[in-house]
Amino acid sequence: MTIDISIVTDVIKAMARVISENKEYLTQLDSAIGDADHGINMDRGMQAVASKLPALSDKDIGTLLKTVGMTLVSTVGGAAGPLYGTAFMRAGQAASGKDELNEEDVLAALEAALKGIKDRGKAVAGEKTMIDSIEPAVKAYSDALKSGIGLAESLNRAKDAASEGMEYTKNIIATKGRASYLGERSMGHQDPGATSACLMLVAAARVVSTI
Amino acid sequence: MVGLAIVSHSSKLAEGLYELTNQLSRGKIKIATAGGMSDGSIGTDAVSIAAAVRKAEDGDGVLIIADLGSAILSSDMAMELLDEEQKGRIVIADAPFVEGGVAAAVEASLGSDLERVKEAAQAAKGLRKL
Repeated sequence: MTIDISIVTDVIKAMARVISENKEYLTQLDSAIGDADHGINMDRGMQAVASKLPALSDKDIGTLLKTVGMTLVSTVGGAAGPLYGTAFMRAGQAASGKDELNEEDVLAALEAALKGIKDRGKAVAGEKTMIDSIEPAVKAYSDALKSGIGLAESLNRAKDAASEGMEYTKNIIATKGRASYLGERSMGHQDPGATSACLMLVAAARVVSTI
Repeated sequence: MVGLAIVSHSSKLAEGLYELTNQLSRGKIKIATAGGMSDGSIGTDAVSIAAAVRKAEDGDGVLIIADLGSAILSSDMAMELLDEEQKGRIVIADAPFVEGGVAAAVEASLGSDLERVKEAAQAAKGLRKL
């Protein structure tokens, strides 16, 4: 199974939609342990991304993803801008020049995105960040591929792992980002970045499962 | 001369520090700002930071003075958007915004190199006010 630019565009649109639908929720999570702007920032960024999609329909997938990244970098405003921006730009580099992505290409893009976030944020799993939902998702996807499972079902498993990882952030004391100022008081709160990452992975899995 | 790129979540904060540093360095050095988002909201934007760095560059390097949180992440990201050749002459100061910016501006206006300008900014961390 492969996905072409129109599917990838649908995935990005679905991500923009789910962020918009959860704008208040993300901001609410962020008001507990951050500066209450994650939903607003992400929605501003993803709306800017959505408005650029029509002009990118004749480009390759790498160019599309790099443009998504650059747009996020210049429109999100908070730390999520450079983090998600780097993720999409690195995924775009991994998919450079490609008009279709197969299972392995998607893995390469996911791995590049995760590495980009870790490089940029100098963070690792277990610090109550978006990495806590993305890293288990990438691992679940990779494990599924290794056992011969196809693209759609592998993405499904990735999204389930992201969701578990997101839930787990409630049990972590933040050591990175704004929430780290709260120390132990960050316990019990779900991380907004892990949540937005999970929502976007869920949206991606849903689009791919319907083709 | 070493230039300064002032990075803040707020355009007003960035403009304010520009005023101060420009007066103290008596217009001898290039100072550029990247404050807030292009739509006027609070935030930092790596693309506009990269533009500010290019504007402040005179050949002797640029010190980035950033406020807090994502200003550092965005500045880091901005480095990636610059030419390979220019990257080596750009440094982010681990310094307080106002005191560090002022110290850097004065040091740069004396014709010091990038390393000394950075040290002057970072030494402002230990400044006592009382």
